[in-house]
Amino acid sequence: MLTPARLRQLWVCLALGVLAAVVTGPGGDSAHPFRALRRSVVDPRIGIFIGLAVGLWVLLIAVARLRPLLAEVTAAARARRPVAAALGGPHATTGLNAVLLAAAIVAPLLVSTAAQQSMVNDIGIYALLALGLNVVVGYAGLLDLGYIAFFAIGAYVTAYFSSSSAMPWHAPFVINPFFVFPIALLIAALAGVILGAPTLRLRGDYLAIVTLGFGEIIQLLANNSDEVTNGSRGVFGVPHLSVDLPGIHYRWGIDPLPYYYLLLGIVVVVMIAFGRLERSRIGRAWAAIREDEIAAEATGVPTLRMKLLAFAIGASVSGFAGVLLATKQFFNPQSFSLQSSFLVVAIVIFGGMGSRLGAVTGAVVLQGLAFYLRDKVPPTDRYIYFGAVIVVMMIFRPQGLVPSRRRRREIELAGTTAGASDQLGAAPIGRTIT
Amino acid sequence: MPPRGRASRKGHRMSAVAAAGPADAGVPGGTPSDLVLEARDLTLRFGGVTSLDGVSLRQRRGEILAVIGPNGAGKTSLFNCFTGAYRPQQGSVTFWRTSRRPARIVGRSPHAITHLGIARTFQNIRLFPALSALENVQIGTEVRQRYGSLSAVLGLPGARRQERAGVSRAFELLDLVGLSRRAHDLASSLSHGEQRRLEIARALGTGPRLLLLDEPAAGTNPAEKRALEALIRRIAGGGVSVLLIEHDMRLVMSVATTVVVLNFGRVIAHGTPAQVQRDPAVVEAYLGVETGVDAGGEVR
Repeated sequence: MLTPARLRQLWVCLALGVLAAVVTGPGGDSAHPFRALRRSVVDPRIGIFIGLAVGLWVLLIAVARLRPLLAEVTAAARARRPVAAALGGPHATTGLNAVLLAAAIVAPLLVSTAAQQSMVNDIGIYALLALGLNVVVGYAGLLDLGYIAFFAIGAYVTAYFSSSSAMPWHAPFVINPFFVFPIALLIAALAGVILGAPTLRLRGDYLAIVTLGFGEIIQLLANNSDEVTNGSRGVFGVPHLSVDLPGIHYRWGIDPLPYYYLLLGIVVVVMIAFGRLERSRIGRAWAAIREDEIAAEATGVPTLRMKLLAFAIGASVSGFAGVLLATKQFFNPQSFSLQSSFLVVAIVIFGGMGSRLGAVTGAVVLQGLAFYLRDKVPPTDRYIYFGAVIVVMMIFRPQGLVPSRRRRREIELAGTTAGASDQLGAAPIGRTIT
Repeated sequence: MPPRGRASRKGHRMSAVAAAGPADAGVPGGTPSDLVLEARDLTLRFGGVTSLDGVSLRQRRGEILAVIGPNGAGKTSLFNCFTGAYRPQQGSVTFWRTSRRPARIVGRSPHAITHLGIARTFQNIRLFPALSALENVQIGTEVRQRYGSLSAVLGLPGARRQERAGVSRAFELLDLVGLSRRAHDLASSLSHGEQRRLEIARALGTGPRLLLLDEPAAGTNPAEKRALEALIRRIAGGGVSVLLIEHDMRLVMSVATTVVVLNFGRVIAHGTPAQVQRDPAVVEAYLGVETGVDAGGEVR
């Protein structure tokens, strides 16, 4: 009943509980350095956390007990054809997708304007960014820590082309922001190729460092070139998106709702497109590179070109999101900080690498949590909760919230066999090929 | 992929050189157009260690050539030079996809060499473990397809047609290696022998003219070895030349048309299996006096 493993799990839960009590308790100061510890640990409120910890432990045991039972039920259901079709067939997937889409359509109507604003700026745009980064990290297995740079490129390109007053440096002609979409897409993709061509020969960690540097360079460049980008004062007055076609005139304004639905449409289209890509020979080539680059190369997959393609596609989505940001609101170099890059990576990993629905769910949960905590806790503490959620997630569900089937299998294999499946945790591959 | 035109022009010059060059004494072979692969004077060093020391060999079209030798003799290094994983310091490798189209191999990247028509398997199986058997072979069958990401996203008819063609070709190959019933199982869930055969199917998917098998019988049981022997014959019968590294002497002696023996990075003997068996240098250096070839065991 109480195996050593279970007891160890209890200790971990209790330790997490005490940690949570300390970080959420009152702060100390230089005069009373131990006050925080005393007030948190030697205080009745610790009881709540210990109770929560034990509750978590019981829940874990219950889940472990129920899992075989659940597996039996689904296996029995699959054995009977008609039930299986209803439970796990393609119709069920379509139905689930329809329900999710309906929820996404209705959700903003039920919340405050501030929440709607957050659903566009924090959830919608970051869901799009996460979908793009998912191609790089999830499909091709490349860790890109400077992903936000392409977002910045998209935003500044929009300001350059669509307004003569937003930045000191602007195009000699002004064009409708809608026509900037393809331009930004191409320029971001080009930037991705320029960054990727020399650096994608690097493996895992080295690539992460180089992309990290690239992200910083772009942000500092935007911050320090006052005469070009307006520097840290930021960019005002990029016109809102508008459609001026014969018969169709529409203008997106300050109201967040139209932007939300535009974003929703774009996210759905991108999800469908990337789903097709994943199931094509391109997606399989990426999976091959991720699982065994040497074998992929020997099977005739042009690994460098496929990695560049993933990089360019990811970058173009980021640039696309940049256009939306620029037309939606004011931005400055702070919008493209290192923290934002990490946030997108966190969303992808939290949601489940390689999973499109996971990328969107990750954005909803993590950014939703940030919004929820905005008024509840001091802003400086927010990342503590963030970190705690991610740490707990990585301990108990390393494959992410909504993992892709392929990725889940890879993580399972990595746990059991020597299958070093992705670049993030890959064993160094030596020069010997046997 | 390198443009075909340039490759073939370079190739014609190569063939002239090859024809004019002196044939290595005793190396079995014919006029260059009969050949599928020719290595000349390959030398590969790692720091102070010489892995290959002036190795030359020729393989005729349709031939099953076995490379044998004790561990560390340089067999796998030789394979890695043929497939672009290693770059030898000296020497050249020429490959004929068709009798009139020779191509220089050294200096090309592994995937470019696969596109030319040389496929390989690995000594310690390197499949894509979390993909299904079918997907593993599909990745091979799709390397010659031309559709890009945009047509995949748009689901253009051309892309769909190629996709279906790739799947049906993959099923054919799974059938050939006897794995069609396991098409949708994960590669990692297959048995060792099945994984070896799946690797062969994946290699064949790339449409090779020359197949390099690195110890395909290692770790397989006698029944699987007999099936493998039949499979190798079928592959060679289908017009794909086979270059084989193998320790199992019974398999080598029964399936190979020609045997090359390596020791310390040098070719010490070559000829038909019967000739090699009688060669005193081979018996001394590799087979040993007591471990007779006729015993048929694995000589390591």
